[in-house]
Amino acid sequence: MMELNKLTAHELIEKLSREEITSDQIVSCLNKRINAIDSEVKAYARVEDGLTSWPVNQLASYNNNRQTGKPANRQTDLQGIPISIKDNICADGLNTECCSKILEGFKPPYDATVIKRLKEAGAIISPLKTNMDEFAFGSSTENSCFGSTRNPWNLECVPGGSSGGSAACVAADEAIWALGSDTGGSIRQPASFCGVVGLKPTYGRVSRYGLIAFASSLDQIGPITKDIRDSALLMNVIAGHDPNDSTSVNIDIPDYTKSLEMDIKGIKIALPKEYFPEGLDPEVKDIINEAINKLKSQGASFENVSLPHTEYAVEVYYIIATAEASSNLARFDGVQYGFRVQDARNKTRNLIEMYKKTRGEGFGEEAKRRIILGTFILSHGYYDAYYLRALKVRTLIKQDFDHVFKGFDCIVTPTSPTPAFKIGEKVEDPLKMYLSDIYTISANLSGIPAISIPCGFTKKGLPVGLQILAKPFNEEMLFRVAYAYEQSTEWHKMKPKL
Amino acid sequence: MEYEPVIGLEVHVQLKTKSKAFCGCSTEFGKEPNSQVCPVCLGFPGSLPVLNRVFLDYAIKVALALNCTVQEKHKFDRKNYFYPDLPKNYQISQYDLPLSKKGYLDIVVGDKTKRVGINRVHMEEDAGKLIHEEDTSLVDFNRTGIPLLEIVSEPDMNSPEEAYEYLTFLKSVLGYLDVSDCDMEKGSLRCDVNVSLRPKGVLALGVKAELKNMNSFKGTKDALVFEIRRQEEILREGGKVIQETRLWDAKLSETFSMRVKEEAKDYRYFPEPDLAPFIISAQKLEEIKKNIPELPRQKLERFVKDFCLSEGSAKILVGIKKDADYAQSCIESWEGKDKKPVVNWLIGPLLFEANKRKCGISDLNIPGGNIELINLIKSAEEAKISNLAAKGVLSESLDTAKLAREIILEKNLYQVSDTESLDKIAEEIIKGNPKSVMDYKQGKANAIMFLVGQMMKKSNGKANPIVARDILKKMLTDGG
Repeated sequence: MMELNKLTAHELIEKLSREEITSDQIVSCLNKRINAIDSEVKAYARVEDGLTSWPVNQLASYNNNRQTGKPANRQTDLQGIPISIKDNICADGLNTECCSKILEGFKPPYDATVIKRLKEAGAIISPLKTNMDEFAFGSSTENSCFGSTRNPWNLECVPGGSSGGSAACVAADEAIWALGSDTGGSIRQPASFCGVVGLKPTYGRVSRYGLIAFASSLDQIGPITKDIRDSALLMNVIAGHDPNDSTSVNIDIPDYTKSLEMDIKGIKIALPKEYFPEGLDPEVKDIINEAINKLKSQGASFENVSLPHTEYAVEVYYIIATAEASSNLARFDGVQYGFRVQDARNKTRNLIEMYKKTRGEGFGEEAKRRIILGTFILSHGYYDAYYLRALKVRTLIKQDFDHVFKGFDCIVTPTSPTPAFKIGEKVEDPLKMYLSDIYTISANLSGIPAISIPCGFTKKGLPVGLQILAKPFNEEMLFRVAYAYEQSTEWHKMKPKL
Repeated sequence: MEYEPVIGLEVHVQLKTKSKAFCGCSTEFGKEPNSQVCPVCLGFPGSLPVLNRVFLDYAIKVALALNCTVQEKHKFDRKNYFYPDLPKNYQISQYDLPLSKKGYLDIVVGDKTKRVGINRVHMEEDAGKLIHEEDTSLVDFNRTGIPLLEIVSEPDMNSPEEAYEYLTFLKSVLGYLDVSDCDMEKGSLRCDVNVSLRPKGVLALGVKAELKNMNSFKGTKDALVFEIRRQEEILREGGKVIQETRLWDAKLSETFSMRVKEEAKDYRYFPEPDLAPFIISAQKLEEIKKNIPELPRQKLERFVKDFCLSEGSAKILVGIKKDADYAQSCIESWEGKDKKPVVNWLIGPLLFEANKRKCGISDLNIPGGNIELINLIKSAEEAKISNLAAKGVLSESLDTAKLAREIILEKNLYQVSDTESLDKIAEEIIKGNPKSVMDYKQGKANAIMFLVGQMMKKSNGKANPIVARDILKKMLTDGG
């Protein structure tokens, strides 16, 4: 049988609608692939539990629906298409543990809004969640209580993070597509490292209800896909106002696949000089320049600009993100759910002791580091100096972008200053690790949408990603430029040898 | 040296919205533990709060009724602390931008009005309830997320009575707005008190104690009486009051130290990122203002002006809206210009009967309604029946659901005023009490009252005492 797991969602939708294949065939291809290679890639969080729990009963009804069902709306109908989900997005009854010991065994009693929408569209939710850095704290998927995910292009390298599992499973054809979350680059950077397409939507475009919060004012859920059309297709389903999320915005959702029909003649693109510094990895620089030339040849014009407050982005980000995280993670205390230290010797049953031991044993190193940092930042006497000032600089960073978008349709940069690095290379040096998000963080701070698309390979065969950024709620511009580029290249069709 | 207490109150009231502050769960009291919960109020990972608009409307109503200024821009903050009744380990509250600031509440103490400043009114969510058993502690999250208003007064009160009246008037205002039950026993109103003493005439504040754990208005007053005496004793003996939190023990009627206040707690407040900042438009304020009913203070002033009542009497009538409305309708039904008779009946016999029945005067459901009541009062006023008899009639009417006038007829209570039959009785009484007759004649004017009393007795209480007195006087003078 054909390896259906290698196809994109839109290709599978075609085949399903022509009744050439069935949903359970897709699922069994995925199972076969996961069983064959996930012990090496480790893209999924609990793969040792096996894949027995695919909702097989539902598969029959999916097939049925497709054969007898109502006329399909091609733009939002995902009937029978499987999707993999990052371990921090709640799905009713499925383990959702943020790859942290402290959430051990947690099965949410409800669906995140994105999951609800996917189910309503007929998608099949993979029972296995994808691996991630604990609570999305990291850029390499090394901070997971389930162990590191490996880069499918080179198993000695990291897949990026924190949505490393989602990016790796899509790249390795262990999934058709996947959902990730992006707080400072956690979709785009791993997409770039794994040679797939990763979109961080505008803050407020996709509901955060059911996404276990890292930093509430920065988090967004977004698609990780094999090509641009799938990304647009998935956005058609997950985007839109949600009354359960006060920060989701009530603006009409276009049919994103429509943006794929437009060319990019006359599009004005800005190149911020802060993203192309002297020390930029020469291979990355060359590959990005080549991509720029490709876009030029299709009629886009380029101009150098400045985003002067870029240099403060990492500091501002780590102040705001850790402050919010310290509060968001306070609820993991062993009282209601997840892990609790049961100490038979501790007969006093002291509450504070229970808190301390549970959190001390339940959280990993990086989580503790960020909770302590965030707690310090919000403490009396430091709030004004750190948090309040960071909020002010955040506004300046946003204004930089507003200013550029007055004269340009979008901005193009490298997604990451380097290709994938070696496993273990930066684990001991958090600051170095934090800098690998240097090009992705500003989009979260300013709330704008950004996409990473494959744009070439280093000599060692590691993928490089091109980042495109646009005005708030203009994901269409991202799809338009990205699709025009994708049409003229073959990068997205490359597969790792596994 | 005389000391002056300085008292400020921090009141938390639950608002009686149908659903909780940030989710759709019911707020009904007394349900099975943990039956009114959802992922949001349980603080489950991934859940997000959404502001209940009715909560906001109620809060604005209260702020305006307390004469506070409501700013245009608003936000919520997180107050971070660990406690098992707080499922997120932070409380959604308001910190540096409270919903409203700088208001006041006019209270009446004795017969005098006093203005108490309101420092701020802000919105927050309630925590759950801990139930301690011998070996374990359980948490009931039904209360978690119920809308709360924190109403902080200025330290403007100077006696336990003033604090009591502040609570009474506050409850009255919230009752008029129909936004809270304000039931301390059920916990829908909770009150912390700050109290310190200073030498009279001195402006600087003394060291304060915070009192907690009072479960009634009277308990709050009693706690203050005790605490003021305690602090005064310390100061008189040359000692120093220490700043601390003290718990009121209603059984022992005393306060005891809970903990000496360590350094100020650090709640690490910061803006709640899950709730977008919002604006309250002038139009919305205007709309809400329009729908605020006449408040107790305005009603009190109107009663004083229109019905010539003292503030003290008016205060008794205006406390609860429907009783005040009822009182007003009674007063308006009274044709006479002097409203005193009906007012005296309202704050006298009617209130007595209502208290006896543990209800308000409007709940008495007097058989025959207003007309019957007014006629009864008129009969008493015109001395057709005695006051004492009239009160009895009211009570019996309420007990038996019989009309007042039927009872009066049945018991033949109309006072006898015709001189013929009274003359007869008077003659008998004069004959039977020569000593009192002698006393009267020798100038002891009071002696006649004894004789009137004897006439009343003889007539089974039906003799009109005024007519009887006149007849006696005439006979004793003429026959003299």
